[in-house]
Parts: sequence; C-alpha cells; structure tokens
Amino acid sequence: MEIKDLKSNDEIAWCPGCGNFGILNALKRAIVKLNRAPKDILLVSGIGQAAKLPHYTRCNCFNGLHGRALPVAAAAKIANHHLTVIVTTGDGDCYGEGGNHFIHNIRRNIDITVIVHDNQIYGLTKGQASPTTDPGYITKFQPSGVVLEPFHALEMAIVLGAGFVARGYSANTEHLSWLITEGIQHRGFSLIDVLQPCVSFNKKNTHEWYGKRVYKVNDDGSYHPEDKAVAFQKASEWGDRIPIGIIYKTDKKSYEENIGLSNHLPLVDESIENTDISGILKDFI
Amino acid sequence: MIQYEKNHKGCDMIHELTIKITGEAGQGIQTIGSALCKIFKDAGYYLFANQDYMSRIRGGNNIFQLRIADKPVYVPRKFSDIIIALDRFSVECHKDTVSPDGVILLDKKRFKIAEEHSRFVHIPMFDMARETGGDEQFVNSLACGILTGMIGIEDHFVVKVVKDTFSQKTDDILQRNLKVAKAGYDFSKNHLPQNRFSIQSGNFTESLLMNGNEAIALGAIAAGCKFYSAYPMTPSTSIMNVMAHYAKDFHIVVEQAEDEIAAINMIIGASFAGVRSMTGTSGGGFALMAEGLSLAGMTETPIVVVDAQRPAPATGFPTRTEQGDLEFLLHAGHGEFARAVFSPGTIEEAFFGTIRAFDLAEKYQIPVLIMTDQHLADSYMNIDMFDLERIKIQRHIISKEDSGLVKDYKRYQFTESGISPRAIPSWINGVIYADSDEHTEEGHITESATLRNLMMEKRFYKKMEGLSKETEKLRVYDVQGADCVLIGFGSTYGVLKEVSECFHQKKIGHIHIPQVWPFPLAEITALLNDAKKIIVVENNAGAQLARLLRRETGIKADKSLLKYDGRPFDLDYLLEQVEKD
Ligand SMILES: Cc1ncc(C[n+]2csc(CCOP(=O)(O)OP(=O)(O)O)c2C)c(N)n1
Ligand code: SF4
Ligand SMILES: [Mg+2]
Repeated sequence: MEIKDLKSNDEIAWCPGCGNFGILNALKRAIVKLNRAPKDILLVSGIGQAAKLPHYTRCNCFNGLHGRALPVAAAAKIANHHLTVIVTTGDGDCYGEGGNHFIHNIRRNIDITVIVHDNQIYGLTKGQASPTTDPGYITKFQPSGVVLEPFHALEMAIVLGAGFVARGYSANTEHLSWLITEGIQHRGFSLIDVLQPCVSFNKKNTHEWYGKRVYKVNDDGSYHPEDKAVAFQKASEWGDRIPIGIIYKTDKKSYEENIGLSNHLPLVDESIENTDISGILKDFI
Repeated sequence: MIQYEKNHKGCDMIHELTIKITGEAGQGIQTIGSALCKIFKDAGYYLFANQDYMSRIRGGNNIFQLRIADKPVYVPRKFSDIIIALDRFSVECHKDTVSPDGVILLDKKRFKIAEEHSRFVHIPMFDMARETGGDEQFVNSLACGILTGMIGIEDHFVVKVVKDTFSQKTDDILQRNLKVAKAGYDFSKNHLPQNRFSIQSGNFTESLLMNGNEAIALGAIAAGCKFYSAYPMTPSTSIMNVMAHYAKDFHIVVEQAEDEIAAINMIIGASFAGVRSMTGTSGGGFALMAEGLSLAGMTETPIVVVDAQRPAPATGFPTRTEQGDLEFLLHAGHGEFARAVFSPGTIEEAFFGTIRAFDLAEKYQIPVLIMTDQHLADSYMNIDMFDLERIKIQRHIISKEDSGLVKDYKRYQFTESGISPRAIPSWINGVIYADSDEHTEEGHITESATLRNLMMEKRFYKKMEGLSKETEKLRVYDVQGADCVLIGFGSTYGVLKEVSECFHQKKIGHIHIPQVWPFPLAEITALLNDAKKIIVVENNAGAQLARLLRRETGIKADKSLLKYDGRPFDLDYLLEQVEKD
C-alpha cells in the first residue's frame, strides 16, 4: 500500500499553513507503515476543523456530532473488533463538549486511538477559547483574557489509567507518524494530543512558538514512560520546554479482553436470522 | 362466593378478586407479589398485577396489587377485596380502599392499633412468623400462605412456588419458608371464613407471565439486537437488566453508558458498524438523546429507542406513569427526518412491536421509537404463549456474500424509494463515508442547494411515504354503529377494552393506536367518518392525542378524558367518567 491509495476525492477546506495538514500526512504514513487495508479502518470524528480529517482520507468515515466521536467509535469497535478505529477530534470536541466521554472511555479502555488536534482554540467557530487555551489569551469572547485553568488532558489521562498517553507536534510529521503507529498498536485506549498551530485564530501558539519549545522526551534513554509518577510530572511540563513523545505507557487488559469479545467472532458477523428465544421463554412460564 | 359485576349495573359477569399487599419499602412486598402471581398463574387464573412504589429504598408505602379472574383482565380496580397490611401506616393509607365485602388483614398488636373496624381481620402475623419460622422475616411466606388459603387454592401450588423462590438459598431457609407458608395456609383454613373469597379459575395454565419491559427486551433479543447501551432511569431500567441477564446466551453486549448522550451515540456507532442496536430511557434521558436522534436521521443509521414514560416535567414522579411525551417523541430532534413511533398497549404488542421496530428501522435506515410508560413497563399479566412462528427476521443490508461485488459504493445513493443500499464497513472492498453535515451521495460535506433538496426529499418525503404504507393496523372494536367511540394509544388499551365491554344499553366502541407515527390517517378517518361521538382517553394533561388527531385528520373529538395524577386509569374510574356522558 502507498500513500496515494489513501487519497480522497474530497477537496480540503483547511487554511493554507494549518497544522492539520501535518497530522493528515502523519496519519496516512502510519496507516501505510502498518499496512492496514483502508476497508478495515474506521475514522470517527465529531465537528470542528479537526473533525473534517476523515473526509480527506480513503478509509471508512463516520463524521458525527460535535463532542460525540468517542461513544460512536467505542461502540463501532465493540460491534466489529476487527476494525482499526481511530478518532480525529479537536480540543473543543474532545475535552470540552465531549469531556464526559473522554473520562469514561479512558476508564472503559476500548482499543481505539484518539488523535486530538490541539490548536488551543476553537477553529471552526472562529477563535473562541478552548479548554486548552493558555490563560491570559485574548479572544473576541474573552476580551479580558482567558481566566480558566487549562484542561490538563495528559495528566488527566494518566490519572484515569489510560495505557498509552502521548503528545505530538504537527510539524514533526515523522515523529508524529511514529506515535500514531505506536498508539494504534497499543491494545486499549491510546491518547495522542497533537500540538497543532491554527494560523488563523491562535496568534500565540504559533509554529515558531511551539518550534522553540518542543523536545523529544524519548530521545533521553533514561526516561521511563512506564513510571507513572515520573510520567505525571513530565505530562505537566508546559512553558519554555514542552515534551513530545510517549509520555506514559502501561499494559493492561482492554475492554474487549475484559468482556471476552476478543476471542469471539465479531458481533457484526453473527447471523441473527434464526435467533431462537424459545429456551428463555421457559423462564416466564 | 362473591361475584363482581364489572360496573355493578349489569354487564358480562366476570368472577374476579382484587388483592392488595402493602407495606413499607424494604419489607419485600414485591417478593410476595411475585410469588402470588406465580401461584395464581399455575392455578389457572387470568391475572393482572401492578405495583405502586415510591422512589425510595426504605420506608414510605408501597403496594403490589393483583387482580385475578376467570377471564382476561388488563387494568387495576379501584377497590380491593383483600388487603394485607404489613405495617401500621399501610392500614391508614388503604383502609378506605377496601371493597364493600372486602377485608383488611392486619396485625393489630404489632401495629398498636386499638380501633375497631368492621373490615379488620386481626392475624398475629409477626408472632406466627417468628414462632414457626424462627424469624419475623418469614412474614412474606406467611402472607402467601394466608392469601392462597383464603382463596381456596390447593396447597401444592404454594409449596411449588415457595420451593422455586428459595431454591438458591440454603435448605434450612427453604424448609423454614415452607413451614411458615403452610402455617399461614392452615390458619386461613381453620380461622378465616371459607368460600367467601374463593373464585373459579380460568383454566389458563399454558401462559407466560411477563411485564412490558420484559416483553420489549425479549423482542429485542428475538429481533437480533446485539448491542444495548443505556443509562439507568426508572421505569426503563429493567429492559437493560433483562438484556444483561441473557446477554451471554445470545452474544449481546450490554454496556452501561456514562450518560444518555453517550448511549444513543453508542448505538449509532454499533449500528453503523453493522449490528442491530437499541437503547432505553425515560423522558429526561430521552431529552438528552434528542441531538443523537437527529444524527441517526441525518446519517440514515437504524436505531431503536425506548421511552418508558413517567410523569414530568423534570424529574417528576420517578416511579409513576404518564403519557405526556407523545408530542415530544413525534418532534424530538432538530430538523426534519423520517421516523416511526410505536405505542404498544399490551405485552404482546410490546414484544412483536419491538421486533417490528427493528425491522422498520433497518429497512428505512431511520430511528424508530417505542413509547411505553410505567404502567405497561412494570405491570404483569399472564398471556398466551408467543407464537414464535410469526417472527421472520430479514436483514436489509448488503449481505456479506454480495459485498464482494460492490464497486464505487455511495452510502447515500439516490433511489426511487429514498433508501440507499446499505453496506457494512470492512465487508465491501471500498470505504463508506457517513456524515452529519449535509452531504453528497458519496457522503462528503456539501453546500449545494440542489443536493440539499434531493437529500431532504430522500430522507424525509420519500421515506415517510414508504413508511405510511406499512403502519401497524389499528385495533378496532365495535366501532360500527357505536353510540360513542373511545380512542387511545399505548397502555390505555386494556382499560378501553374493559370499559367498552361493560356497556350493554349503550354501544361503546374503541380504537387503539399501536403505532402513532406515521399517523394512520386514512384508516382512522374512514372509521370515524360517521361516528356519533368521539372521546379520546389519555394519561396526560394536554390532550395530545386529540390534538394530533385533529391536526392530521381535521376530526375534532367531542371530549377528552384526561388523567395526569401519575396513576393509570383504573377500570372503575374510567367507567364512571364514560357513564357520566
Ligand atoms: C452541539 C453543538 N454545539 C456547538 C457547535 C458549534 N461548534 C462546532 S465546532 C466547535 C468548536 C470546535 O473546536 P475544536 O473542537 O477545538 O475544533 P477545531 O475547529 O479547533 O479543530 C463548535 C463550538 C456544534 N456544531 N454543535
Ligand atoms: S481555522 Fe485554524 S484550525 Fe481551522 S483550518 Fe484554519 S488554521 Fe486550521
Ligand atoms: Mg481546536
């Protein structure tokens, strides 16, 4: 399989220079690297600029409601656990509108990979603060600057017990693509928060701003992403230096393994035409 | 033997008795009730049982009411012939609901009641339970014994049910329960008037004992539902419990969602991936699902959603009944899209209607709603064995075998019927795009006005046209030449039927609507064309069905009989209302 096999007919509606292009490329490369057939991949998204991504690939796509990608993705995986299910979502979509699903799907630990295009802003609705907007940032809606504490997604995911917690940077496609392959191969819920410059509405967290700060945490041989306390500390680093890479990783049973789905025919392949309930009617006699 | 005439004015004679067990939450009222249901069922009676419980785990006042008869019965009566009270407060609450020849069984010493009352029958129930069983907790089994003894049912029926009920417990517990039940039974035989409450059975032994929620869950299983996701909400929760109970046997995944928004989006995801999926909730949870419902409409994803209604607004009466969501269900979800709404009135309709709901949902690729209420959800009846031969499950998807042949697949391909062939992800070689934005045939976002018009016609007009041609038939009784026609939907079926059968001088017909949407416009118009008088009966305050009837057909009902106190219509209440007319 080659990158061109993943080309969609749909015209891309992102602004030139947007970080989303880097994520799209990285995702396609990861799929090619893993050699997964597009027909066996399902991309699920909500609403936002990030959420348009599935249209720009040639994989199965369910582009649902704002904030609601995770429940759709989780249940699609339950219905057919042979699918590779990937969510492409925004910081507003995933951490704001869909916050409750974020929390509980980490707990559920279904084997899906969640790529959050974290531009620290609401792109599609033209520049309001998102849960990850830096405090003090001024928008039309927050004319005196954002006062809310940012949503600490990585720390939260670690605390909730996510088995794979990573941060990427859209401009570092090679590295991001590696993170995505690792995330897809991890059994269980994988979170990849991606720093994604929004050239139109985020005038603070620009390519230049991120470029100066990011460093690859896994380049340091002494960093052990299996150590939860260390990982938590690393996840909270935000300022002059911002770590990217696999921040936390641990092996645990996925939902499918826990409920015994994995060693079973996918639900979708079960024939239902001859379901016989006469046996259980006896319980009502 | 006492014989009750239904309206005390001369209608078909039916031999019946109403028994009420009442006590505080935590006293096991339901255990006694369930055991009695089984005993009466085994003994061949027709029975109807409903519960009236408060939204609390301890204290308060709960009742379990059973109506047993030699003919089918569907609704509660206003007065009870035998009331067995398990605490003092119950006596206060219910002493005025005893029928003219009825009795209240109570433990006066225990309840510290000094007052005399012609209906009181004193039984030292708690002492007896302790003396024979060693513990007051056995008072449940004692009550079973007493009641069955009074009605003259042979004791082997009691023994069997007590054994079944306690088969999972230790042998000691089982033996003690048996001993206590026997003591209660003997007490009746020796100390209570014989024959006064004995009634003949209907010889109806080959029956199923079930409530509406159980019927819906079994219907879903029979229809091939493979994924059920819900957030607990009374009175829908037992659907989830039943699904979970049988999940392993049928390879169904039942997942408790983090909220109702998740629940509906989950069933949409599972359905998109190819499995039949359902959720259940009550009005408040359904309100949270509205956006998801619209998503199912837009993405043309088949789903089945149950709204077991309870009185609202807001939290309302969590454990009681109402039909206040009718208009909400017809319109829920932003925008315009095709849907079907079922309104089953009986256990059979709940079962077969659910199977039909899955079929329609998949055939038209739409959300289908099943509207019930606490009255239907929780009430038990014994009914004829389901005729499983009637069930024919047919999938409306591109089969796995045919999937290999699919080329250049377009999820929303335009067709005559508005229904596009539905492929399953990973079965076809190509890929599938589904979108909540307005989209092209392929499933990509579009802003085109032309495509918008075509898609609206597809999703809304064309599908509604097809759906309207296969709406469930109305259930019609004695409408030709009737002096008055009663109309209802959902759980009022039974009360309409019984009331109309009570009249002889006047002819009262009735129409039950088992599927309120698409509205059975032509059929109902033809029936009502020369009706002398039309009364619409609804468990709500807004006369929503009467308004719907008028909106759809132009027919204005002469009168609405409404009840919105959170309680179902009982037979006597509705009789009185209809008689007044
Ligand atoms: C229920 C609902 N509320 C609000 C919106 C409007 N809306 C669409 S996208 C969006 C925010 C998008 O922000 P984000 O998820 O960060 O995505 P981005 O565009 O930045 O990639 C909002 C508020 C909507 N579509 N649906
Ligand atoms: S608005 Fe921002 S996030 Fe959206 S496409 Fe443009 S640059 Fe990208
Ligand atoms: Mg954003």
